[in-house]
Amino acid sequence: MLSEKETHEIEKELKQYKTRQAAGVEALKIIQRSRGWVDDEGIKDLSAILGMTPDELDGVATFYNLIFRKPVGAHVILICDTVSCWVMGYEKILSHLKNRLGIGLGETSPDGLFTLLPIPCLGACDKAPAMMIDEELYWNLTPEKIDELIKRYGWKG
Amino acid sequence: MSERPLTQNMRPDGEALTIKEYERTGGYQALRKALKMPPKEIQEIVKNSNLRGRGGAGFNTGMKWSFVPMGNDAPRPKYLIANADEMEPGTFKDKMLIELNPHQLIEGMIISALAIEADIAYIFLRWEYRLAAARAQKAITEAYENNYLGKNILGSGFSLEMHLHISAGRYICGEETALLNALEGRRAIPRAKPPYPQICGLWGKPTVVNNAETFSNVPHIILRGADWYKGLSRSTDGGTKIYGMSGRVKKPGLWELPMGTSIREILEGNAGGMQEGYELCYLIPGGASTEFLTAEHLDVKMDFDSVPKVGSRMGTGTLVVIDDKTCPIGVLHNLEKFFARESCGWCTPCREGLPWVTSILEAIENGQGQAGDIEMLATHGESLWLGRTFCALAPGAMEPLRSGLKLFKSEFEQHIIEKRCPWR
Ligand SMILES: Cc1cc2nc3c(=O)[nH]c(=O)nc-3n(C[C@H](O)[C@H](O)[C@H](O)COP(=O)(O)O)c2cc1C
Ligand code: SF4
Repeated sequence: MLSEKETHEIEKELKQYKTRQAAGVEALKIIQRSRGWVDDEGIKDLSAILGMTPDELDGVATFYNLIFRKPVGAHVILICDTVSCWVMGYEKILSHLKNRLGIGLGETSPDGLFTLLPIPCLGACDKAPAMMIDEELYWNLTPEKIDELIKRYGWKG
Repeated sequence: MSERPLTQNMRPDGEALTIKEYERTGGYQALRKALKMPPKEIQEIVKNSNLRGRGGAGFNTGMKWSFVPMGNDAPRPKYLIANADEMEPGTFKDKMLIELNPHQLIEGMIISALAIEADIAYIFLRWEYRLAAARAQKAITEAYENNYLGKNILGSGFSLEMHLHISAGRYICGEETALLNALEGRRAIPRAKPPYPQICGLWGKPTVVNNAETFSNVPHIILRGADWYKGLSRSTDGGTKIYGMSGRVKKPGLWELPMGTSIREILEGNAGGMQEGYELCYLIPGGASTEFLTAEHLDVKMDFDSVPKVGSRMGTGTLVVIDDKTCPIGVLHNLEKFFARESCGWCTPCREGLPWVTSILEAIENGQGQAGDIEMLATHGESLWLGRTFCALAPGAMEPLRSGLKLFKSEFEQHIIEKRCPWR
């Protein structure tokens, strides 16, 4: 079941769009904000509100990179793996992160703190390499800066 | 120093211009002027200014608008959309324009909406641009509070609604017909053209999609005129251009320069040249989907007509410099991996071909290339080329590959024969 808060926020969004379906992406984000990801039940309940079949809505949800249909950690690291960042040392940054967290791309650390995902160009090409943690952008990354950042987000390892 | 209408009033501290600051530097004067002009006259001025679309294709903006049905018999509502999806690799100009001067974009959109008699406008922004989202939303609210948006704008009788739509990430959403599907809450798969969006766009209504930088030019053109605008340029295209450069240069960044500035001036004059210990090997002129240029092309002017003369495109005008310490096969692998991952999967050559190309490049890079691989890549360069796929993503993906096969023949062969990457 959708929570009261979720329902309230979704109804507010429905008013912003011309059709119910058009509010779908925003509504999926609302569910994701409250649950961390979009579970099957969320798809089922939301599809009824939007006047779509669950499969139709799942087709939309799985299309977009930033709608998570699997559980993620408390914080999501989006590391830019596109050309400018790659040239400026993406591989070094990635292997440092992998070593520290003990996980690869697409995985969540055993303590549930971080999920590590690749992301296309973050538009920080002049400050490469770059990544986001949740909603914050970090740039000119070095291994030292990464250590400091993950500590700030609660890493104890 | 030449004029820089889009950026000269921006704050040096990185904060956005407030509505008051924007107004103090002439902001919303162009709108006041445009509200007194017939829509067709606005279209005509923009057409004559030779403002060409900054999303990459360089279509004349005023001309694009002229296909929209006008007058009382036109289907309603009509829509206007700013494309700020900006996921083209190496491109970061729209982000800066929105973060530092959101009102310039909004004013440009309102004037453009006037020109096509649009009723509803959207800014289509990628999710990752969090700061731009916050600033654009604030600016929209301020514009409503000052009656630059909403009903009966400044008593003119013209009304316009504006919404910020934040996407959930996928490169194909930037393709203008896929963007329409994304806004309707569908999978963002491109639509067949014709009908063009100007006739049958969002929810089947007339719709204009322009890039965020394109709209940011419009207030200046209306305020100062088409001739002034053309005079800013060093080429036949009008205006200035937000150029950018990244890679191993001393001072990567963005600069507003006269349209038609040469690559050498951007590299040496603005980006400070290459970093110590690195040499320029080649450049990607305007995003991942443009063919490579080399040191022999440094004097080419960056504009929509000059770059095609040497076999590439200006694209988004944000250059990525590749140095001699970086493996060109690795760069190609990186670019094609991006395209393969972001392909929408709708048509077979792209959905099946791009992962194939990527895996061949990966094998070659890792020293596991085989005889016949180069030919297989070249075959894809043909079978995913213009006219063979449903949209321009796949041919765009083939542009760097085709030029890479020509430029780096010996590097390809060396990887395959020596079974290793000489750069590692
Ligand atoms: C795969 C693909 C991605 C695109 N991404 C963008 C984008 O992020 N921003 C943009 O303005 N145009 C993008 N375009 C171009 C748009 O389809 C469209 O031509 C452009 O928004 C028109 O605006 P303009 O005439 O002002 O250039 C993309 C095109 C393709 C094929
Ligand atoms: S070319 Fe690629 S991105 Fe374009 S429609 Fe076909 S599968 Fe989709």
